[in-house]
Amino acid sequence: MTERLTGAHALIRSLENEGVEVAFGVPGGAILPAYDPILDSPIRHVLARHEQGAGHMASGYAHATGRVGVCIATSGPGATNLVTPLQDALMDSIPVVAITGQVASSSIGNDAFQEAHTWGISMPCTKHNYLVTDAADIPDVISEAFHLAATGRPGPVLVDIPKDVLAAEMDWHRAGRAELPGYKPSVKGHPMQVKAAIDLIQSSDQPVLYAGGGIIRASAAAELTHFAEMMNTPVVTTLMGRGAIPDSHELALGMPGMHGNYTAITAMQKADLLIAIGSRFDDRVTGKVSAFAPKAKVIHVDVDPAEIGKVRAADVPIVGDAKVILEQLIAEMEKRATPAPTRELWMSTIRGWQAEHPLTYDQPDDGPVKQQYVIEELNRITGGDAIVVAGVGQHQMWASQFWKFEKPRTWINSGGLGTMGYAVPAAIGAKAALPDEMVIAIDGDGCFQMTATELIAASTEEIPVKIIVMNNTVLGMVHQWQRLFYEERFSAVDLTDHTPDYVKLAEAMGCVAMRIERPDEVAPILEKALAINDKPVVVEVKCDPNEMVFPMIPAGGSNDDIVMSVEDLR
Amino acid sequence: MTNHLISVLVENKPGVLARISSMFARRGFNIHSLAVGPTSDPDMSRMTVVVDAPEMEQIVKQLRKLINTVKVTELGPGDAIEREIMLVRVNAEASKRAEIFEVAQLMGAHPADVGASTITFEIAGAPDRLATFFEMLRPYGISDLVKSGRIALGKTPARNA
Repeated sequence: MTERLTGAHALIRSLENEGVEVAFGVPGGAILPAYDPILDSPIRHVLARHEQGAGHMASGYAHATGRVGVCIATSGPGATNLVTPLQDALMDSIPVVAITGQVASSSIGNDAFQEAHTWGISMPCTKHNYLVTDAADIPDVISEAFHLAATGRPGPVLVDIPKDVLAAEMDWHRAGRAELPGYKPSVKGHPMQVKAAIDLIQSSDQPVLYAGGGIIRASAAAELTHFAEMMNTPVVTTLMGRGAIPDSHELALGMPGMHGNYTAITAMQKADLLIAIGSRFDDRVTGKVSAFAPKAKVIHVDVDPAEIGKVRAADVPIVGDAKVILEQLIAEMEKRATPAPTRELWMSTIRGWQAEHPLTYDQPDDGPVKQQYVIEELNRITGGDAIVVAGVGQHQMWASQFWKFEKPRTWINSGGLGTMGYAVPAAIGAKAALPDEMVIAIDGDGCFQMTATELIAASTEEIPVKIIVMNNTVLGMVHQWQRLFYEERFSAVDLTDHTPDYVKLAEAMGCVAMRIERPDEVAPILEKALAINDKPVVVEVKCDPNEMVFPMIPAGGSNDDIVMSVEDLR
Repeated sequence: MTNHLISVLVENKPGVLARISSMFARRGFNIHSLAVGPTSDPDMSRMTVVVDAPEMEQIVKQLRKLINTVKVTELGPGDAIEREIMLVRVNAEASKRAEIFEVAQLMGAHPADVGASTITFEIAGAPDRLATFFEMLRPYGISDLVKSGRIALGKTPARNA
């Protein structure tokens, strides 16, 4: 006998069938019917304080686990507040499914209360989206949405459901096979191209593996490291690819790009071959494209064919899944009689750069506290055993530079979109996914002020994240650029050094709060904060407003012109 | 800028045209003309898009990336049968009518509407024939014109390879 269910009930059951454990959301009028069956579902609902928070929580969950993150919002403002997290997930290829309520079908187009054209608004910021017009379609649409979000190049998918469709009854059925005649993502790389890639690497004197976020998304870190060792090829890891090879590995060169380290940037500039895997020649990596890695041939491996040749022509393009293609490359190399060249000259040149141009900062004993020192101390005290989340700006760059990432999925940040305020909600999402892991958000004061209210959700839902607020009292990266490129005319960057009182603010939101003001307080207070596991903890660090992120490549500049310190610009 | 012709087979679903045009807008590609209609398979529609762009690789790849596009074919010059319909209204005082009709007959255009001082011709054919007809009518004064947008199908080989 068929079971009659409401569309709302079918929605929740379909989510359960997809293995959803937790959904992040905010209810409202049009989505009301869906919030009733949630009460009886094993799915845990985390009530965010703003839909943007719900979206980033879903993204943090997906980053940390590789599974699809789910967020729920109502029509109108609920849906429009999801635009930022959806675009964020699109840029960074994060699998997220967003469910939004819509006004009743009969009201669509009438400028009804809380009506917005969610389908149209979300079209360019999702991988795909749906407007469901019949409750009977719900199981198939949800199944397709999860399939699309998680496969190929992952990304966000939005499902908009009018209130009357949620309320209508349908004959419950499990989803059939997705019918997507236009969607067949490549998995295996073309064997001829795999051979050509090995030939090219074997004949290269100065190759560099350019590993991006695609390695993390494809769970291909172990294969990448193995392949790098096999080929005696050093590896740079982009902002999204940090953790793709352990930073302690002798072939790991760290992060390239605008705020990358000298060696990673220069190795790419001098390379005769770039092996790009899951990376997309982003402008933050290449600087001025015409001056980027001028002597290098390019092998480009990506699951999205549109990334290949978009910025830089590829000599050997390979479309497919990074893990599968790395396995193919390893298998092809195993068949070869000649081992990879040792490339001693190339490696010793690289060692020379590393010795000559390490990442540096100076922490005076009497202060002010330097942000880099806090990150290094955090790294030392935790032994690196934590998931690190960042917002966007100076603190993000320092976290990427100074934390030693040893494993994939231990670094969560907003790369492509550069979404300030990302850290707090993303950390909550990651901690909800992995309650036994320590999740530390390294945040800036500007970012923190954008989304701090999600800490109310963290404390009421008992999601004990650690938030380290680097309070330098300014919008640091903008402050840095105004100092360097606008003759120190500081405009709209002052966050004041007295408001808010971060300790009181955090305590008011149910968190334990502490403050660090001097360098000798850094270690003892961080140790105390990290020992607390039953409540969210906020540590405000009063740090140097004038500290700047170096190295840096000024926007539009060539990667040959690395600015190592402020003196280089004078 | 060069005109490029692409034929896009898409799922016949609501909003697909919006997805295609939104992608063009988002990526900064310029559509010269676009014609869309059903195919022999009711689940599929075909769009013929003429694009002003220096190169087509990104456009084709971005089109293929859309979930509802099933097949994207770039049609090079000479690869396709291209057709377009044009309605053109030309000033035609009594003394000029005979020679205008002569031109129309020569070009295979038909009068679709005849008014007191104008004649509206319909002409269907390859785009260059429409352009020629337009040039021939221009001296008389063209008061209105509309084109359907180009449609195209790839040519099949004259014999099996």
